[in-house]
Order: sequence, then structure tokens, then C-alpha cells
Amino acid sequence: MDINQYLEVFIEESQEHLQGLNQSLLSLETNPKDIKTLNEIFRVAHTLKGMAGTMGFTGITNLTHQMENVLDAIRLGKVEVNSSIVDILFKCLDYLENSIGNIANCGQESNGSADAIIASLNGILLKKGDAEVKKAVTDIGNVRMKFNQYDENLVRKALQQSMEVYKLRVVLAEDCMLKSARAFLVFQTVERYAEIFKAEPKVEDIEDEKFGNEFTIAIITKEPETLIKKELESISEIREAIFEKVELSEEIPIDSDSLDEDVTESKESESYNEEKYGLEAMHGKKTKMGKTVRVDIDRLDNLMNLVSELIIIKTRLEGVGTDSRNQDMIEAVEYLERITTNLHDAVMKVRMVPIERVFNRFPRMVRDLSRDLSKGITLSMTGEETELDRTVIDEIGDPLIHLIRNAIDHGIEGKEERMQNNKKPNGLVSLRAYQDGNSVVIEVEDDGIGIDILKVKNKAIERGIISQGDANELDEKGIIELLFKPGFSTSDKVSDLSGRGVGLDVVKNRIEALNGIVEVESKKGEGSKFLIRLPLTLAIIQALLVTTGDEKYAIPLNVIRDINTIESSAIRNVHGQDVVLNRGNVLPIVWLGKMLDVHNATNDKNEEYTAVVVKKGEKNAAFIVDGLMGQQEIVIKTLGKFLSGIKNIAGATILGDGQVALIIDTNSLI
Amino acid sequence: MKAGAYTKQFVIFRLDNEEYGIDILRVKEIKEMMGITRVPKAAHFVRGVINLRGEVIPVIDLRVKFGLPEGKESENTRIIIVSVDDITVGLIVDTSSEVIEISSESIEEAPDGVGNVDQSYIYGIGKVGERLIILMDIVKILTE
Repeated sequence: MDINQYLEVFIEESQEHLQGLNQSLLSLETNPKDIKTLNEIFRVAHTLKGMAGTMGFTGITNLTHQMENVLDAIRLGKVEVNSSIVDILFKCLDYLENSIGNIANCGQESNGSADAIIASLNGILLKKGDAEVKKAVTDIGNVRMKFNQYDENLVRKALQQSMEVYKLRVVLAEDCMLKSARAFLVFQTVERYAEIFKAEPKVEDIEDEKFGNEFTIAIITKEPETLIKKELESISEIREAIFEKVELSEEIPIDSDSLDEDVTESKESESYNEEKYGLEAMHGKKTKMGKTVRVDIDRLDNLMNLVSELIIIKTRLEGVGTDSRNQDMIEAVEYLERITTNLHDAVMKVRMVPIERVFNRFPRMVRDLSRDLSKGITLSMTGEETELDRTVIDEIGDPLIHLIRNAIDHGIEGKEERMQNNKKPNGLVSLRAYQDGNSVVIEVEDDGIGIDILKVKNKAIERGIISQGDANELDEKGIIELLFKPGFSTSDKVSDLSGRGVGLDVVKNRIEALNGIVEVESKKGEGSKFLIRLPLTLAIIQALLVTTGDEKYAIPLNVIRDINTIESSAIRNVHGQDVVLNRGNVLPIVWLGKMLDVHNATNDKNEEYTAVVVKKGEKNAAFIVDGLMGQQEIVIKTLGKFLSGIKNIAGATILGDGQVALIIDTNSLI
Repeated sequence: MKAGAYTKQFVIFRLDNEEYGIDILRVKEIKEMMGITRVPKAAHFVRGVINLRGEVIPVIDLRVKFGLPEGKESENTRIIIVSVDDITVGLIVDTSSEVIEISSESIEEAPDGVGNVDQSYIYGIGKVGERLIILMDIVKILTE
């Protein structure tokens, strides 16, 4: 059996579990007496241990096992939860996250050893000085079977003859009817490849069906473990076969007779635990997962592409239908249109993920930050259920982290300063997400010091981002905009968190790459609010098709303010820039044809021009075009890697007649 | 044939009276000339983009890329769709109509000054009877 095919599932599920662990730990910290949370943490650790054990990641297995011991001690009231224990548990979480990350990147567990963390976990237990737990500590791994002196000699011999020794735990299906018959089959199969030298319970007991859902055997073999595993798991009603390699280097514990009783006892209680939590785990999963299917994002992308194709052909049919004036045809096309629209919505919904996925990691981050900076900070989050396209979700995390860090590092004042200003000692950072029409808005707001306009202005001048003269002409909004310029950083001291001068400009670029916008509101002394507005979907948008010369271009509808006719006499030239007065504002003119080097585009000799007024944040500009072709639903396609980095073009789309039209990136032209 | 020799198939095309070959494994398909949408501000040898069954694919004018004199489009003009890793592009050529098998023995290193093409895009000259075929290093053309 190739373990690689399960690796992805393993990684994804582990990440999900760790996310849950993170939340549980946070709530354990605020509510250390909550047994439910504790059980939840225990369950996650246990599940992770099982999964990692099956996949052969021993580092994770060992650590989670030790976590279980500690958690169990807490649960039994032997150890009390305090902040240092929670810290250690958080460290475990970090280690696990790291390991899973490494596995995802290079298939290997993290190189850093878990020993230190395991030792500190041990420390918790040792303080208690309970011998029983100490023994459990040495019992590492998820296949439990003790070897006696005789067995051990056998193992040594086998290993010397370069054979492999495994402990093999066979788990039967819960509803298995003829357990002893299945066990017999297992024995028979194993004996084809290996020699069984020990079984637990004893072979006679197994034959008499005197065992629970599982039994363990020790085998010596020359065959690869995967082969035997495959053979075993092809027997029906066998849920899984867990192998654990026995190494010479591993110290095989020798049980003296006096210990024997003790061991079985603890084993019994462990397996009882296992069963109980195994069931709980499954139960928990059922309620959480509901009837869901895990689907590769590539398949969804493919589905989306097909729907896009369908929309293109629908647009084409619409043209044919109108031309033919055949009533039946027109009706059929209308029906098709309804269906494609519904299909599009349905596929979009499938791709939507709640923003919770991104928000999840923030409580921990804020906790750590507030400790590091010794500022009291409360994080409030609302609208976690707001849904966004998966691609947007993947991209939005980093910018949000940045904004939250900024808010905490630069925004929120120290406790004393807050007290002096009659504010609550704890700073408040609010994270809000909500849908607003065809877009989703995410707000990051703090009740901190606010943006000091004067300071920003001076800093910008000092850094050479703007000249003194230009700065004086700017209004408040314009100055706040300076924050988004590359190389800007207001923090007096460069901290680990922010203030390295890469910052808001990166945030802005990221958001704009997603067709979104960032806005800032701030009141000095009362706090600031960053507002991110993102489109619901990236793949299909409404656009206005325009012509310039004999070329066709698409302008996204959401950036268009209005469409005007401009008389040539109204055009003025200021500082080499053509402008026109519109609704009392000066509107710069962009000659689209000229900007895009179109050969036979409108020149400036006409009497009247068609202008598409486009907005970019607070700014507007009039794009002069030759003709308007109408509004259409278009599917955005990228120009591909070969043409990446082309300015002024945001992508391409395919029109009903099969021709390609380019989508104008209006932001870059204003 | 000597030991170690192998044959490879090449798609043959013409540009300005010379014959060129591309490794057939790189060629996805050969299309007749179709409507090309110009892309403003793209490199000078990029003629534009085409719609290949719903995918937008850039098209390179090989004559311009190689610095050959501009040719006239005819009914024989073809677009050869090639792909290297995740990059797919079309190449405009004068004509393309055959596939030839060439043994590695009859491929020689390009002598200086063959054809009018920049040397770095050539990895060898294939001899097929009397014909000399310039074998293109397509990876280099696309990734540069």
C-alpha cells in the first residue's frame, strides 16, 4: 500500500485538527475548569496520535502521546491547569503545526527535536511525583506489547539475521460477526509471509473469541511491511492493521514478573480509554462534518472552467437567437440562460468558504502579541460565517495579519497611557466581516491612538516620499494615503513585528491584485479603521465592452461611475494633462486608444467624445473610447505565465463570437 | 545504427526558405491562421492572443523573434501550438506539413552562421538526405 496517497488527506485533516486544538487551548486558558474543552483537546491529541502513528511519523506520535498523559492527569484532577501548562501545550501545538507544515513541504517531519517539549511535559507530571504516570511516560507508541527476556532474545537474533520484527495491531470492524474466524484468517495470511512469535491476548483466547475489537501479534519477517499490510487490509471486516517496527536500538522494556500484573492493569484502562475516546472522536466528527465530501480544489476549478465555457456559448447563442427572430429559439435561449445563471451560482457556492478559516488563527496571534508587548488586548470577531471564494480566502490571510499586527503594535497604546486618556486598560481590536451587495467587506478596527496626520506627513517628507510643497497641498485623506507608499514606516523603533518599512504598500498590492480596495478612517486619539472591500468572485464579472479603433476591450462594471459625452471645447490642458470639468470636479482624461497604442483610434480632432468615467478609490478619470458595445457577463482568463507582467491589462475574456477581448486594468491607467 | 543511437520525431516547418524542426513531444497541435487579438505593451515578437477552445494562448511571430524579414500571410500560414511545462504558446510559421524521423547520429552541432537565426535557439542540424533541417531549442525560446 502506498502511503503517499493518504499523505494529503493526513495533512489536511491534521491541519483541521490543529485548528480545533488552537481554539480549545485558547478557551482552556480563559476557562481552565471546563472539562468539555479538556476532553476536546484530549480527543484531538488522540486522533493525531493515531493518524501520525499510521503514517509512521514518530515525532508527532511521541509528542501527542505525552500530551495525552498530561491531559489525562489534568482530567483526573492530579494536575491543575495553570498558565505555564497552557504555554507548554501551546508549544506542543507549535511543534505539531511545524511538523505538519514540514511534512506538507518535503514529506519529512520537522528536524527540530520534540525532546525539549516532551521533557517539559514530563516535568508537569513529575512535579506530581506519581509513579504510575511515570511508567506511562516510558510507554511510547501506539502499538502496546511488552516483550519478556525470551522474546527479546528472539528479536535480537532475528534482527542480526537482517530480518524485520514488527508489532502488529489488528483492529476489526465494530460490527464484525465472526471475530475468531477473522482472526484465524489474519493468522493464516501473516503466516504466509512471517513467523508469529507472540500474540496478545493469547492465541487460545483469540480462538475462543475472548478478545475485544483488536489484538496484537509480534512477527518476524523478511517481507516488506507494506505487502503484509495490504494483504491484511484486503480481508473483509478488518478495519486496519497498524505496524510498528521493533528496532535493536530501541530499548525493549523487560518485564519482570512482579511488574506484569501492573502492566496489564494499566493496559486495560488505556484500552478502555481508547475505546471511549475513539467512539467520542467518531461521534464528534459525524456531527461536525455532516454529509460532506472533500474535493480537490483543482476539480472545482475545472468545473468552474466548464461553466465559464457554457456561459460563453450561451452568450453566442443569444446573438444567434436574436438574429434569427425565431420565437422558439429565443425562448429556448432564455431558458438556457436561466439554467446557466443558476448553475453558475451553484458552482460559485461550492467554491465559497467561510472566512472563519482565516479568522481562526487570529485569537492565538493576538494572545501572543499582547503578551510580547505586555499590552492588554481584547479581540472581538464578528461575521466569521461570511463566505468568500476559496482563492480569495487563500490570499487574504497575510494582509489581515499585517493589519492586525499594525493595530496592536502601532495603534493600541500601553496600559498606563490608556488609563491617562480615560480609556479602558485593555485595548479593543475588532475584526468584522460582512457581505455588502456584490462584495465582501472586512474591517480591522482598533480603539488606539489613531493616525497622527502631522507625524505621517513629516515622516513622508523625511523619507523623501513626497516633497514639502506637495505635502502641504494634501488634505487629510491624501496624507493617510501616504501610508500605503512603499518604504513608509512610522514606528519610532523598529520592532520584531512591524516597522520594517515593508507593510501597508504590500497589503494594498495584495488586495488590489484581488480586485479589492483598501480604505482607512482614523480619528486621532480614538482609533483607526482599515476597510477592505473584496469582490465575491474573481472568475465571472459584469463588464462593459467598448471599442477603440477596431479593437474591443472590456472594462469591469464595478469600477465605472458613469458614461458621459464630452465636447471637445470643454477639454482643457493643464500641465500637459488633458482635463475636463465634470460636476464641478476636474476630471483627468485618459485617451484609451493612445494609451494602448491602438492604430486607428479616435484622435483629438472630433467634436464630441464618449467618455467612460472610471473610479479608483476617491479618484476618477474619463476614459475616451470610440464606441460602446454593451454590458455583458464575462469570464476572466489570465494571459498566462508567458505574458505575465503586462501593464494595463488585467486579463482576457472570450466573446460570444470566439474572439479574445482584453480586460483593462483601469487602476494602472489612472 | 550504432549502439546508443536513437531516433526522434520532429515537426517540420518553413520560415523564409529554411526548414526547421521542433521535437514532436513539445507540439500539441497545428492550427490554421485565425483571429489574433493584439496585446498592447507586449514584447515586439508577440503578435497577440488567440482563443484555443476556451483557453487564451499567446502567439509568437517567429519571423520577428528570429529577426527575419517580414513575410506575408498566406493560406499556408500555420500556428504551431507548443508547450513547455506550464507555458503554452502558438508559433506563427510560413507552412508546416510533415513529421520526419531523425536519428541522433545524423544530428550535428550547429556550425556558426547557419541560417539567419540567432545561434542560441538552435541545438543542432539534422541531415535528412539532401535536406538540412535546423532543430530548434523550444525550451529556450519560451523561457527566455
